[in-house]
Amino acid sequence: MPDFVMSYLGSTVTPGEAGNQFWALMYVLIIFAGVSTAVICMNWIERKALAHFQVRLGPMRVGPHGLLQPFADALKLMLKEDIIPAEADQFVFWVAPLIGLLAAFTVYTVIPFGPSQAVSDMNIGILFMLGVSSLGVLGIVVAGWASNSHYPLIGALRSSAQMVSYEVAMGLAVVSAILMTSLNASGTGTLSMIGIVQAQQQQGVWFIFKFFPLGFIGFLIFAIAMIAETNRAPFDMAEAESELTAGYHTEYSGLRWSLFMLAEYAAMIAVSSIAVTLWLGGWMRPFPNLLNAPAWDFIFSLFPGLTFLGLTAITFVGVARMPAQSFFKIQRIGLAVFAALLGFIALLLLVIAVAGRSADGRLLARFSEGIDYVYWFVLKVAVFMYLFIWYRATWPRYRFDQLMRVGWKVLLPISLGVLVVTAIVGVLVS
Amino acid sequence: MSFPANDRTNLELETPDKPYLDSNELIINMGPQHPATHGVLRVILKLDGEKVLGTECVIGYLHRGVEKIAENRTYTMFNPYVDRMDYVAAVSNGLGYCEAVEKLMNVEAPARAKYIRVILTELNRIASHQLWLGTHALDIGAMTPLFYTFRDREEILKIFEKYCGARLTTHAFRIGGCQYETYAGFEKDVKNFLTFVAPKIDEYETLLTTNRIWLERTRNVGVISAADAIALGVTGPVLRASGVQWDLRKAQPYAAYSEFDFEIPIGTNGDTYDRYLVRMVEMRQSLRIIEQAVNGIPEGPIMGKVPKVIKPPVGEIYHSIEAPKGELGYFIVSDGSTQPYRLRVRPPSFVNLQALDIMVRGMLVADVVAVIGTLDIVLGEVDR
Repeated sequence: MPDFVMSYLGSTVTPGEAGNQFWALMYVLIIFAGVSTAVICMNWIERKALAHFQVRLGPMRVGPHGLLQPFADALKLMLKEDIIPAEADQFVFWVAPLIGLLAAFTVYTVIPFGPSQAVSDMNIGILFMLGVSSLGVLGIVVAGWASNSHYPLIGALRSSAQMVSYEVAMGLAVVSAILMTSLNASGTGTLSMIGIVQAQQQQGVWFIFKFFPLGFIGFLIFAIAMIAETNRAPFDMAEAESELTAGYHTEYSGLRWSLFMLAEYAAMIAVSSIAVTLWLGGWMRPFPNLLNAPAWDFIFSLFPGLTFLGLTAITFVGVARMPAQSFFKIQRIGLAVFAALLGFIALLLLVIAVAGRSADGRLLARFSEGIDYVYWFVLKVAVFMYLFIWYRATWPRYRFDQLMRVGWKVLLPISLGVLVVTAIVGVLVS
Repeated sequence: MSFPANDRTNLELETPDKPYLDSNELIINMGPQHPATHGVLRVILKLDGEKVLGTECVIGYLHRGVEKIAENRTYTMFNPYVDRMDYVAAVSNGLGYCEAVEKLMNVEAPARAKYIRVILTELNRIASHQLWLGTHALDIGAMTPLFYTFRDREEILKIFEKYCGARLTTHAFRIGGCQYETYAGFEKDVKNFLTFVAPKIDEYETLLTTNRIWLERTRNVGVISAADAIALGVTGPVLRASGVQWDLRKAQPYAAYSEFDFEIPIGTNGDTYDRYLVRMVEMRQSLRIIEQAVNGIPEGPIMGKVPKVIKPPVGEIYHSIEAPKGELGYFIVSDGSTQPYRLRVRPPSFVNLQALDIMVRGMLVADVVAVIGTLDIVLGEVDR
């Protein structure tokens, strides 16, 4: 094995820091594939969860319980005719979805899935993240403008105004969290995403509980602003279906439209990741400082395997509940194979967890550790993703001016207040 | 189609000295294909940014010439056509038509028929309001109530289907009474429905009535004063929400309504929220009426003394009923033949739609959608 492959393994820093370009590229590919898979899963889960909120079944036809629906949809979208309206600005129309997609995916370079499980640990990580993620609005504005049509234009204008106003409150909430990172002996804070999580570990508290309720309010402001930032209900002004048909992507279809959707969901995962990193302890498992005996480490390292075991059990229950007619035979077999696959993953994870503990080989131990970090991170993000669906099922849509009022007159003063009070409390404490 | 050149449009009349393509104003076409125009309504919006400077409704995309058809059909043959006007409240349409012809012929439906008519019409009112609530909430962005209301509306449609074989265009009544006797278990079904739906209405309210976003989206939106409403001829829940206690079921009772105890809810502000509340209370009042009717339903014949060939004497008649959307009137001129000489329908949706412009002027685009929803229009009835 070439040296540049092996030398990084066992390192405790990100490939970006270690200067290992091979592994940095590998991480980029892994993250790209992972996020795309997550978007596909999210697509299915959103449709199923939304359906069950609304006393429907959701997709049931393509594959058992509609499991293959996202793939069928993706195939359909790819095969559709590629339409560029005659009156549209061809080049800008073409480039707009790519801008959105690029912005949404670039953010992932600094998201820390673990202390070394990130492409790079920039010392300005959070600034980079906020900056790049807000570039996503450019894609939307440009799409609305290039379509040369009224509804997309209005959608794009709404979106830009909305994002700009919510970014302010969002930024201030982030600053209040960053302030908390400086509450250590040296008195210096950090903007590094990994540093922020490590600061929470050192202080022994997630920032959501720091200076209660200050951290909590900051988190809430961010949680509200991030919905607006990603144009999701109840702030989905930009694509308000009942008003603007489809908002900025009215004129888009087929693959380009699916790129917008991919960008939207990737952005949702990205902002959830910021929230998790800043306030919910990032990759840390619950109580890493209190329950720090090796026995607890072992118990918590079993969680990923157990989760998949649970999913396996649920899927097998689904297999058992399927009607016994021969019509469902293929679906039953398919679901059983899926369950077996989940079970296999569960087994693999459990074996890795157990072996990683007993193995003195650093590689396996490190791999097992990495799985833990990624698991807890993804679990926390998944909670946010579920909330996104829940909001969408529950709430009506805000009107544009009310949205602005909430942003400027409610969230901004509160986040300013939280920032000032956090600073004062921080000085008094230290 | 080049509507900008059309100088009849009232949007241009307001500012005659301005060039048409003013850089500050945007004219957009909402509909006829649009998710929130409840069918094929086309609204031309003149916008300053998001602010609505004026609207113009273009209707007629669903025009089928119902009134002209009436002149070429016998009274009996025309009866099913009225179901196709307000297709979500077909029973009410049929009731109005049958009663108008009965009045023209000077016959009266027997008491039992009247009770059956009241039960079915009130069930239909609930169904219509449920459909309104679901679509109105969907327009404002709340997806979920739609599925709840449609789930419960299904129970009403099942009763209709069992009674007359049709779910939507029921053709439930005949001139002179009802064609069908109630099926075995009808009363039990209706009573079961009453106990089933009352908690469901509470369920809709838990999602919306005190929801902050719902309040902000509906309060002080699309306000219409009582004077304006009366001047425009607006009727039904839209008029009552402005504080006018006018309901034809009380004001000039028809069918068996004078025998029941129920209240007419009125609003105070005449805004979208009041219209929402009024309709929610109306659903509960309808339940009250149905309960009294189904408990007190008399025995007896269901058809009055009506000749085989319906041939009203020469004359004219206007008869109106309180449809779920407002006053539904039929004006029939008879020349003594088997076909109406002229039949004119006064559809509530058509008249109520006039109020759209004054309700949304100065509001935002999102409010146009909310107001179209709150007016509860059915384009089949607007265009006829």
